[in-house]
Amino acid sequence: MLDVPHWPGHRTGQHVDVRLTADDGYQAERSYSIASAPEDDGIMLTIDRLEDGEVSPYLTEVLEPGDTLELRGPIGGYFVWDASLRGPLLLISGGSGIVPLRAMLRHWAAVRPPVAVRLLHSARSLDDVIYHDELIRLAAFEEVDVRIALTRAWPDDWRGHRGRIDRNFLEDAAWPAQEQPRIYVCGPTAFVEATAAALVESGQRPDSIKTERFGSTGG
Amino acid sequence: MSPPSRGFLGRRRSGVDPSRVPPGQHLTRGFPVLSAGPTPRTEVADWSFTIEGAVEEPTSWRWEAFIALPTDQITVDIHCVTKWSKLDTSWRGVSLDTLLKTVETKAEYLTAWCDGGYTTNLALEDVLDGKAWVAYEYDGEPLAPEHGGPARLLVPHLYFWKSAKWVRGLRLTETDEPGFWETYGYHNHGDPGLEQRYQGD
Repeated sequence: MLDVPHWPGHRTGQHVDVRLTADDGYQAERSYSIASAPEDDGIMLTIDRLEDGEVSPYLTEVLEPGDTLELRGPIGGYFVWDASLRGPLLLISGGSGIVPLRAMLRHWAAVRPPVAVRLLHSARSLDDVIYHDELIRLAAFEEVDVRIALTRAWPDDWRGHRGRIDRNFLEDAAWPAQEQPRIYVCGPTAFVEATAAALVESGQRPDSIKTERFGSTGG
Repeated sequence: MSPPSRGFLGRRRSGVDPSRVPPGQHLTRGFPVLSAGPTPRTEVADWSFTIEGAVEEPTSWRWEAFIALPTDQITVDIHCVTKWSKLDTSWRGVSLDTLLKTVETKAEYLTAWCDGGYTTNLALEDVLDGKAWVAYEYDGEPLAPEHGGPARLLVPHLYFWKSAKWVRGLRLTETDEPGFWETYGYHNHGDPGLEQRYQGD
């Protein structure tokens, strides 16, 4: 959680650039999606620590409360959602791709617009589901439907989807194209490629699908 | 000047000429994919490339005619605004010098347009004299759809969003008309050496 002086406000789905500077002036920069809603206090980033990363291990292991961080943003004007938009909201994420979608869900819960929301989230196992408890709380809203797909391991009594988010799952879970859902897909490249292709094959309009891909870029 | 980040050492690159890595960029060995929507899948049988707009006579090529044009083998470093750079990438494609030679124009700008609706704007001085290509092979193989195949623009001296994937034509314009990312807050020109990432840089 960051306290950012002069923060101009953001829209859900936007990101910030974080810049680290070593004593000799060497710098490293990475982009991170904003996990908090505009209504939240402070700016929250959720960092997926990459084993061989340069910036994410610093942010997760070295940075402490009280330290100063140089950041720039908010950035991005396309992969954004705000509560004034109409049409059902279909959010689809894989792994840490849930971060910007979590901001959208929190924004929805703060404003409560008359829009139905569905989150389809894919994780390896239940322990890998980021924001698990918060998702359960959000699912208590009548308009919010959370469906989790576990791809590698699941509890014996798991009633959610087992396996990847595929075309059958999407056809069952997505609103038909006539209802003009606004679709946001975020996750690793292979997940986004497969999901966006399956959505198009199942009849969704390509221009209703906004994607954000997290490459494994050594972050 | 940025203040130092307490306890940050950084991972220095070894064996790479630092002048090849623009400010704020880091190297990747993979080839990350970034795009705003689903990947369009156009078969080469349905593909054509058109130069239109402020020209005496529009020109168009079908795939077979296009790949019969003189090509260049290009090895260049590429830089994405999301901060990865990739060195020594290898492409084959047709230079924009070759393509634009075929039309008469007074235009000073162009908009590249693509399957999927993506656009990006470029000044002609940024694409002539061996600075830009329409590439259809990467590493000796046909360009994969997720990387922009059948063909993409290759403008390696600018951030890679200018190297529009799935390119289908160039519309020449007398005024500079911002494209997709250029209207969503990204820089109009996008020179990595000057770190022109976002509007106002």
